[in-house]
This record gives sequence, structure tokens and C-alpha cells, in this order.
Amino acid sequence: MTTPFVWMWELDGWIIAAGVLCAMSCALVGNFLVLRKMSMMGDAISHAVLPGIAVAFLISQSRQSIWMFLGAAVVGVLTAVLTQGIHKLGRVDESAAMGVVFTSLFALGLVIIVRAADKIDLDPSCVLYGSLEATPGDLWPIGPWHVPRAVVILGGVFLVNLAAVAVFFKELRLTSFDPALADSLGISTSAMQYLLMTLTAMTTVASFESVGSIIVIAMLIVPAATAYLLTDRLGVMILLSLLIAAASGVFGHLSAISVPRWFGFTDTSTTGMMAATAGLMFTTTVILSPRQGLVARWLRRTKMSLRIVKQDILGVLYRVRELREQAMQAGQSPPPGVGVREISRAVDIHGLTAALCLWRLRRTGLITAEDDQYQLTPHGLEEGRSLVRSHRLWETYLRDHLALPVDHLHEPAEKLEHFTGASLQEKLDEATRHPHVDPQGRQVPNP
Amino acid sequence: MKRWRIILCAVWMLIAGNTAAQTPEPTSWSRVLFLHDHNTRVVAIGTSLLGLTAGVVGSFLLLRKRALLGDALAHATLPGIAGAFLVGEALGFQGKSLPLLLAGAAVTGAIGLGAVLVIRELTRLKEDAALGIVLSVFFGVGVALLGIVQKTPTGHAAGLESFIYGKTASMLQSDAWLIAGAAGVIALACGLFRKELALLCFDAGFAASQGWPVRKLDVLLMTLAMGLTVIGLQAVGLILIIALLVIPSAAARFWTNRLNVMAATAGGLGAAAGYLGAMISALWPKMPAGAVIVLTAAGFFLLSMLLGPARGILPRMLRRIAVSRELAQARRA
Repeated sequence: MTTPFVWMWELDGWIIAAGVLCAMSCALVGNFLVLRKMSMMGDAISHAVLPGIAVAFLISQSRQSIWMFLGAAVVGVLTAVLTQGIHKLGRVDESAAMGVVFTSLFALGLVIIVRAADKIDLDPSCVLYGSLEATPGDLWPIGPWHVPRAVVILGGVFLVNLAAVAVFFKELRLTSFDPALADSLGISTSAMQYLLMTLTAMTTVASFESVGSIIVIAMLIVPAATAYLLTDRLGVMILLSLLIAAASGVFGHLSAISVPRWFGFTDTSTTGMMAATAGLMFTTTVILSPRQGLVARWLRRTKMSLRIVKQDILGVLYRVRELREQAMQAGQSPPPGVGVREISRAVDIHGLTAALCLWRLRRTGLITAEDDQYQLTPHGLEEGRSLVRSHRLWETYLRDHLALPVDHLHEPAEKLEHFTGASLQEKLDEATRHPHVDPQGRQVPNP
Repeated sequence: MKRWRIILCAVWMLIAGNTAAQTPEPTSWSRVLFLHDHNTRVVAIGTSLLGLTAGVVGSFLLLRKRALLGDALAHATLPGIAGAFLVGEALGFQGKSLPLLLAGAAVTGAIGLGAVLVIRELTRLKEDAALGIVLSVFFGVGVALLGIVQKTPTGHAAGLESFIYGKTASMLQSDAWLIAGAAGVIALACGLFRKELALLCFDAGFAASQGWPVRKLDVLLMTLAMGLTVIGLQAVGLILIIALLVIPSAAARFWTNRLNVMAATAGGLGAAAGYLGAMISALWPKMPAGAVIVLTAAGFFLLSMLLGPARGILPRMLRRIAVSRELAQARRA
């Protein structure tokens, strides 16, 4: 069933070029849509341009015309205007207003196309998923070369989008992050919004024929959203989104011609695989992003809780040592030493966690072990003492300044002790007038 | 209330159909309008039931500000449809069987829903981006799978694309029964959980503080929306099913401030749009039923936005004029 695939630069090269140009044009605009929380506007516009395209088609009787751009751009802006109108006039939730507008317009477009089917040679499904594979078939002579029409048009759109973003970068940035400040500085937020809507509509129209509108939605949102999870800087975000978009174009086509073969099928739609590739990159980023990723956040949380457990263990060992000293001074027999089991019970953690933390504490030279009995080293003693000092100072402070009852002091102090540095400890000491004993009558250890 | 409407609707349709049957030499108009033809009857009943249930579920979604969630869910069903076909064919079943395709649709729809929740809760991206990402990526995967299906020997004739735009006119009696059964279950669930869902829509924080399982209720609401999306795929297609969830409920919001009345009104408007749309599409040639249903609903929306007594533009304007006149009189007095 499968035939071996033959790579041909003049075919596959142009398909990739068209895909990459389209993806990058969309990603440029998409950054601002994602930042403005208007991602669904891209979805709405790319569905809603259908009647614009259909009417322009009816009037001009051709595909290759400025009318098509005009019709779609008008309807694209109309979508934004109507959505805002219904939202403001009818007091309808904005996303619902958007849903009403774009579905109605899409339905209108479908009816126009079906009604005039004998006059328009326009298949609605080609609006949705285009025919990128047909790109190399329609060549335009540019100087000495023959370049596919889609590549020329999409290249033009990319340059227009790039120019618009470059010229209005400051305005777009300000209106995206702080619309109130922008308005107070005399930069019109709504003007920037309509600029974005127009760019989105134009990009959609330029793309619908070659790559279809679904890839427009995917490329408007997914690369920008992925980049947003990787950086906090707008310039870096735009660059990253362009890279991700280009990668989706290249790997989308490569996987479209290779992946189905692994399962014994022939090749499939490049646009579909571009969206899938972008989705894969997004998923990877959600999981592995260095700062925002799920793994990184899980590691940070785990590290933090291990740190707290280790401090708690030092506190327990310090308190045990304190009891021993008191018993010796009173001439009684000292209480027995503590092992893993006692420690895991005292800190309320699993035995394995306790063993892991004890091992780390021994490695860092804070405790020593003899026959499973743990002792603080001089360095560990200092840390444990400081922790217990923080705890008892906090108890005193909470009683003196917040008037908490004595039986409510331990719990908050148990949490606060872990986040108290040396300077805060000093301030607490001053605020509680250098106490010698805490509210329970235990000695506040001096550093 | 909602089940009454279903029964009333069905009874009226049967009566109308019988009267029409007795009329001698019916013109094509009355034949269609009074459901004389078996085919039209099936389609009209199917689409009205769909519209009715969508109106009710959509009301809750609208008030929960999740109006566009249905859009993402609907698009997320495409890979399921294509995937179910491929798996079915590979296992030697008839890949085209509707229950199999709809089961596949439900599976990827649920995965899409999960993905929306994960993105919204666990990353710093907001709801809009979550919906857009799930919608476009799942649809893209669906298109890629569809591309594979079309190149298999049986796939080209399978007509899976009809799920994208809907193919109302080819609805079979068994499909109408499927819609009726599922719509009944969904309407029943809405009725049973009316109070809980209302609480969720109006004050989720309060509901949580009173010990209601807010998250579970949220998932219940989304599951209902997904069930509706799946059964509506065949009738209006996955792009326009969102219209049935959003438009009737947004229109009903102009008529009343009470949830029960709103849900009933939305159900009524949805059913009327489904019925009228199916009629118009049967009366004139070259009228795609799904699109016409949506346009009918959009007409209702426009009328409601202008005239709806509770929040419509004209009544609000009149109230404002009345108040300012009263104020002027009071000032003169």
C-alpha cells in the first residue's frame, strides 16, 4: 500500500516555506492576542471571515483579487466591532457575545456559498484546512525565478506584520500590559486593538487558501503561549514564538510525510501535523519549562519541604540534648538517645523521608551517628539552637504583641521559625525585650 | 417544566402531522410545515430536541461564563471520530457505525476537557489561551487523521467530513432516537441538579464555603455540555454546535432575570430555531440546515436584544426615559 517517499526540493521545499511563513506571520500577531487574553478572537475572526470571502468572491468572480482581502478584512474588523457592540449595548458576557457573532457569520457564509454554489467554486472545507500540498503547483514569475503564489503572498503578509509590530512595538507593549496607563499617556488602546484585529483578519485571509484557517488559529495561539511559559520578557517571547512557529512548519511537514508511514499508511495533511507538532512542543514546555514547568515547580516544592524537614530534625535533636543536660544537672539518669524511628515520629514524616534527610544531614556534617543514635555536631548544634531560639522568640512575640493564648502559640511559631533569618531574629529579640524564658517557661537559647 | 415542553412539543407535532395527513392534496408548504413527510418529521423532531436541550445546558454555561468551552470541546471531538474510524476498520468492524464514531468523539472530547483544565489550573495561561490551544491542536490532529482516513480504501466514501459541517438532511430515525434519548438524559440531569448548578453559576465561592463539591459540579456541567456536543455533531456539525449552546441562552438572558425561566426560555428558543431551521431548509433548495438553524437562532437573538423585557435595549431605554420624566416632574413639584 505504501509507496516509498521521494523528497523533492521544488515540492517539499516550497510547502515548508509556505508553512513556515504562515506560521511566523501568525505567531507575530498572536503574542499580543495571548497577552491581551484575546486568544479566542483569533478563532472567532478566522471563522467569521467566511462570508467576507464568499461575498468578495461573488462580486469579483475570482480568487486572486484585492476584493478578497478587503472583504475578509472588513468582516474581520466587523467581528470585533459587533462583539464589542453586543457586549456593551446588550450587557452580554464578552465571550458569549463573541460566540454569537462568529457562529452567525460563519453560518451566513456557509449559506451564501451553498446558495451560490454554481457561481462560486469555493469549497468550505478548503477554508478550514486549505491545501498546502497544492502550493508548488501555482507558480508566479518573480524576476528570473518561479515562486509559488502562496509563498509570495505569505511572505508579503509576514513583512507587513513584522513592519506593523516593529513600528507600533511601544504602543502594542504598553496597551497589552497596562491599558489604563496607555490611555492616560494618549495611546489609544482600542486603536491598537483594531490594528491587531485587522492584522489577524489579513493574515487569516492570506492563509486560508493555502493552509486553511485552523492552522491560523493554532499558530496564532500555540507558539505565543509556549513562549509565554518560557520567558518574562516581551522581546524574547516574540523571538521564541517565531522560532517555535518555524519549527512547527518544518517538523509539521516532515512528520506529515513520515509518521503515517510507520503505521502503514501514506502521508497526511501537513497543516494538521503542523498543529499537532506545535501542540507537542507546547505540552513539552508545560511539563519541562525551566521556571514555569510542572517538573520544575514540583522539584522546587519538594526541595522546600525537605529543607523544612531537615531543620525540624535539627530542632528535635537540639531539644533532646537540652533535656539530657537538664537531667544531668538534676542528677537524674539521662533519657535515651534518638534513632530514625523516634525522629520520624517526632517530625511526623515517613521513615524513608527521615532516613533520606538524616543521610543528607550527615553528608553536610551537621549530625553524626553512632549505633543508630544521632548527635549534633558543633555546626549542627548552632543551627538547631538558632531554630529553637527563633521558635521560642516567636512564641514570646505572638503572646506579647498579638495576645494569642498560650495554647495557640506553638503552631504559628512552628511555621514561622523556618523563614526567620539572623536579622529578623535580632529584631524579634529587641521587640520582646531580650527574654530568657518563653511563654512555656523554657529557656530561650542564646546564640 | 422542561420535560413538559418536550412532551407538549412532541404531542403538538403529532397532532399537526395527523391533521396535515387528512388535508386533501397538500401543497408542498403545508406538507413540510405540518410534518407530513416522514423524513422532515424525523429531522424536525431531532433538531428541536437538540435545540431545546442545548438551550437549557447553555444557560448554565453562559451564567458560569464558560460560553466558549463548547467550542473547544466540539473541535476536540474530531480526532476521536477519525481515530475511531481507523481503529474500527483495523479491528474489522464497520468503521462507519455511528455509535462507534460518537464514542470516539466522546473520548477525545473528554481528553480535551481535561487538557483545558490542566492548562488553566497548572500554568499561568488563562482560560482563553487554554481553549484556543486545545481547540486548534486537537482539530489539527483530527485533520491529520482525516487525511489518513481519506487515503484508506474505504475512508474516502465514509463521509466523515460531514461531522464538521453537519448533515442534518440525512438524519435517520435511529439518529433522532439517539438524540431524543441522550437529550432526555441531559435534560433530566439538569433538572435534578438545578439547585446545585444554579449555586455554582451565581456564587461558586459561597457554594464551596457551604461544603458543596464545586469542582465536581463544574465537571458535571462540562460533561453535560460534552454529551450535548457529541449528539449534536451529526445534526449541525462541530463548528456550529457551539451556536446552539450560546445563542439561545444569550437571547433568553434578555427576557428574564430568573434562572428557571431563562433556562425554559432558552430551551424554547432553541427548539423553535431547530424546528424553523429544519423547515426552511426543507422548503427551499440549497439551504444547509445546520447553518439555517444558527441563522434563525441569531434572528431570535437580535429580536431579544432589542425587545427582551428584562435587559433588552428598547425596554431599558423606555425605563430610563420614564425615570427621567419622573425626576423632572418631581423637580417641578
